[in-house]
Amino acid sequence: MTRIGIRGRAGAFAENKDAARDIRLSEIIPALERGEDVVLDFSGVDAATQSFIHALISDLMRKRGAAVLDRLEFKSCNDTVRKIIAIVVDYMQEGAG
Amino acid sequence: MKIHLPNSAFLGNIDPFIRGLDPSSPERLEISANDKWISVHPAVISMVAALGLSVKPENIVCQKFEARSSHYFVRMGLFKLLNIPTDIAITEHEPAGRFIPLTQIRASAELTRFITEMIPLLHLEAEQAKTLGYIVSELVRNVLEHAEAPGGALLCAQYYKKSNAIRIGIADTGVGIKATITRSHRADTDLDAIRLALMPGITGTTPLEGGTEQNAGAGLFFIKSIASVNRDFFVIYSGTGLYKLLKKSSVRRLRLRADPFEDRHAQDGGMPYWRGTVVGVDITLNQTEEFSRLLDAIRETYGSAVRERRQEKYRRPRFS
Repeated sequence: MTRIGIRGRAGAFAENKDAARDIRLSEIIPALERGEDVVLDFSGVDAATQSFIHALISDLMRKRGAAVLDRLEFKSCNDTVRKIIAIVVDYMQEGAG
Repeated sequence: MKIHLPNSAFLGNIDPFIRGLDPSSPERLEISANDKWISVHPAVISMVAALGLSVKPENIVCQKFEARSSHYFVRMGLFKLLNIPTDIAITEHEPAGRFIPLTQIRASAELTRFITEMIPLLHLEAEQAKTLGYIVSELVRNVLEHAEAPGGALLCAQYYKKSNAIRIGIADTGVGIKATITRSHRADTDLDAIRLALMPGITGTTPLEGGTEQNAGAGLFFIKSIASVNRDFFVIYSGTGLYKLLKKSSVRRLRLRADPFEDRHAQDGGMPYWRGTVVGVDITLNQTEEFSRLLDAIRETYGSAVRERRQEKYRRPRFS
């Protein structure tokens, strides 16, 4: 199990897509390829943009299918962050890719 | 180019100001202003700044500002940014709680730093800060990623105590929406391109639903949705196209539309050509919907829009 703290990498207002891409490429993907599950810890994150969440997880879903969600856990998300993640997960499964 | 700052130009009455723009001779800029009183939306100031930065400083001719309200443009940093000498005297005030002066953002890290520093300036409550941060982040990132604007994004904002509203303007002199969107979709006019850019799930970076790994094609839809839910103005101007989401008197039910032309709006496809994109947004704070409730409505609209487009593309086998 790999735990990734978002606050320390993207701040309390998670909007930097470059940071999201870096997390995905340098931490999430290597962990998944090692066969580990990943916990994305949103403790201390007040808000996130849809663009940030999209850059964080959409490509994982596109390339690995929705099943990748079984290996990702979104921890300590407030209501806003939770809903943004749900929007991205929804549209990636509705017709994306 | 010629730009005239009128007596009044806010999003509701910005059309005559835009029609008065003269985009000819793009290597020089003449700035003139109403000599009695000038009261304009931050989008107008951002436009002047963006145009000014697109020409050499020695090619800017700025008429002496005589209006009593001229000090406002000094405070917003217009003359300083464009290196225009002025003898307008002001007493510097701490900007906290009132305005965000003209800011030029050219890189991703600059934007992140700006958003962190911007929120305390306007003394907003947490929900309102989220909304404003969201708007600025998505709009400026659009400029940084798509506009190819050498000057980056020019933005400023003003809090208006009387109406308890924040007005935000962001301008660039990049390639414009049509050039970006037509890389992957068909748009014959600037207005067609604006319409597509405002639809959820459509981005110029790919013809595929859902966008690419870095772009979903949702940013402008979110911003328009925020304005729509709050019953505020939202204006987008690019090329010769102007789209204006009009204010609504009341909203019985939180309902968003995927097609911006189905919203109550005004449009004009024959405006003077703006090389780049301008966005203006008004956010009235005492009617700001809770951000998370807005997200519920966005989720519903986004999902159905993607499903509908998918059905349109669905092909059945032909039997004979």
